[in-house]
Amino acid sequence: MRIVPRRHSYEGLAGGLLAAPAAACLIFFIALPFLAALFLSFTNYRLGSPLPLEFAGLRQYARIFGDPGFIRALLNNALFALLVVPVQTALALALAVLVNRRLRGIAVFRTIFFAPVVFPLSLVAVVFTLIFAPGAQGTFNGLLELLTLGAWEPVDFLHHPWLALPAIMVTSIWQGVGFQMVVLLAGLQDIPRQLYDAAIVDGAGPWQCFRHVTLPLLRGPLIFVMIVTTILSFRVFDQVRIMTGGGPHHASTTVLFESVQAAFDRGWVARGAAMAVIFFVMVLAVTLIQRRLARQERT
Amino acid sequence: MMARLLRALGVYALLTAASLIMIGPLAVMLLGSLTPDEHVLASVGRLDFCPGELSLQNYADVFHRVPFWVYLRNSFLINAVIVLAGSVVNGFAGYALARLRWRGRKLLLGLVMALLIIPFEVIAVPLFFQLSFLGWRNTLLVQAAPFVAHPLAIYLFYTFFLGFPRELEEAARVDGAGVLRTFFQIVLPNSKPAFASVAIVTFLFCWGMYLWPLLMTTAENVRPLPLGIAGFHTLPPLAWGDILAFGVMMIAPVLLVFVLLQRWFVRGVATTGLGG
Repeated sequence: MRIVPRRHSYEGLAGGLLAAPAAACLIFFIALPFLAALFLSFTNYRLGSPLPLEFAGLRQYARIFGDPGFIRALLNNALFALLVVPVQTALALALAVLVNRRLRGIAVFRTIFFAPVVFPLSLVAVVFTLIFAPGAQGTFNGLLELLTLGAWEPVDFLHHPWLALPAIMVTSIWQGVGFQMVVLLAGLQDIPRQLYDAAIVDGAGPWQCFRHVTLPLLRGPLIFVMIVTTILSFRVFDQVRIMTGGGPHHASTTVLFESVQAAFDRGWVARGAAMAVIFFVMVLAVTLIQRRLARQERT
Repeated sequence: MMARLLRALGVYALLTAASLIMIGPLAVMLLGSLTPDEHVLASVGRLDFCPGELSLQNYADVFHRVPFWVYLRNSFLINAVIVLAGSVVNGFAGYALARLRWRGRKLLLGLVMALLIIPFEVIAVPLFFQLSFLGWRNTLLVQAAPFVAHPLAIYLFYTFFLGFPRELEEAARVDGAGVLRTFFQIVLPNSKPAFASVAIVTFLFCWGMYLWPLLMTTAENVRPLPLGIAGFHTLPPLAWGDILAFGVMMIAPVLLVFVLLQRWFVRGVATTGLGG
């Protein structure tokens, strides 16, 4: 019994010791710069500007929302999420159902579908620049020409006002669908076999089994996958930087791309920080929705 | 019997079609990397690769054009520091939060949960100024240090250690082992799966990092692999063969790790949601 109080003080010391490096790093590398971003967004700070640092209130935010490029970026991010999230989730679900069976060689297919996930986005973007190359030299143009028996007129996808953003979407879906597939596959494998047997005994066909057994029981993983994809689709940057540079005329720009461009390419640090804060609010909103849905899931 | 066979054939047909789409871009990359620069675009467009033309010339050219070994060494060092130091720092913190009583525990847990939702991109701009002010630009350290402590990794370790069987620890404590000795001799050896999952996902995420090194480095001798591609974008016409050869060499280490540790990759990604 004598040991107890001594152990407690020792435990307090050990706990603090083990946690100290992480706490110090988190504060210095995340919390501090986050507060700095908030602070900067309310100032007039500009690289190389002779003006003294001044409090500018909400002026940066007002300017941002008057900037057509940034409004286009917001729209593009919304469009990106609205199209990519459902399409990618549906494709991932189809792939997960397809590979969730005992067949010879199924492990090979699972590996193939997952492989693009390990490719860095910067590299994927370079390869897809080639695939979407203009004229008959682009793989995609060549493929469409082949499929339409020569009726397809080759286009310059990455410099096309309507096709630049969809080209980036295709790139993102190709790279990310394997990740979602793996999460959904894990969910599918958690569904007890007996439920399907019972449904089949009750006379359900494959579609009814999917609709009334698979989908309801996959609700949790589906929500998780859609939220993660939404947040990732807000963060699109590498592909835009490498494939289109945001163009033509802001047609494929994103909030993050505008923020980095404002801060680093033009030196408008305060404006870039304000854009980053808006970006954070978007992510925060999605996260709050996620927590609410997760809570419903548990009750 | 016949119906089952047809069904299996149908499934295989779908699987093969999907595989072609997923492999297509990878095949373009590999075949393009073996084709002479001036023919890459034409060959890729018509999906028509001339077997007699394929050579390793592009791979040789890469070593002439960019300091590939320097990039590789930098990427390797940066990732080794992030993964190793991260495992220690985040694993320790997760254990302290889950199992030990100490002042500030609740505060740190709250901090971790709050920081969890701040994407790195939001803090990139001020962090750039903060670390430039310290004179950390153009160093390897600046590319690794900000990613060592990660709220998501701490949270994953925290939930893992919450579920760790208490009996094991108590047996050690009864035998007279202190907190730290229990942790190092009993808990750590039994936590390899958690550490492996977090390490693999961290590696996956960090190997392709592009934005941060782009901001913090200008000197070739500290730049990592993903920025190497920029080295080919200087003089038109673009040497596509060289670029793709560089891509293949850049991804080779990751593919190697992936093939060796595939099971852990899949598990790690499925449980963490990739990089957060």
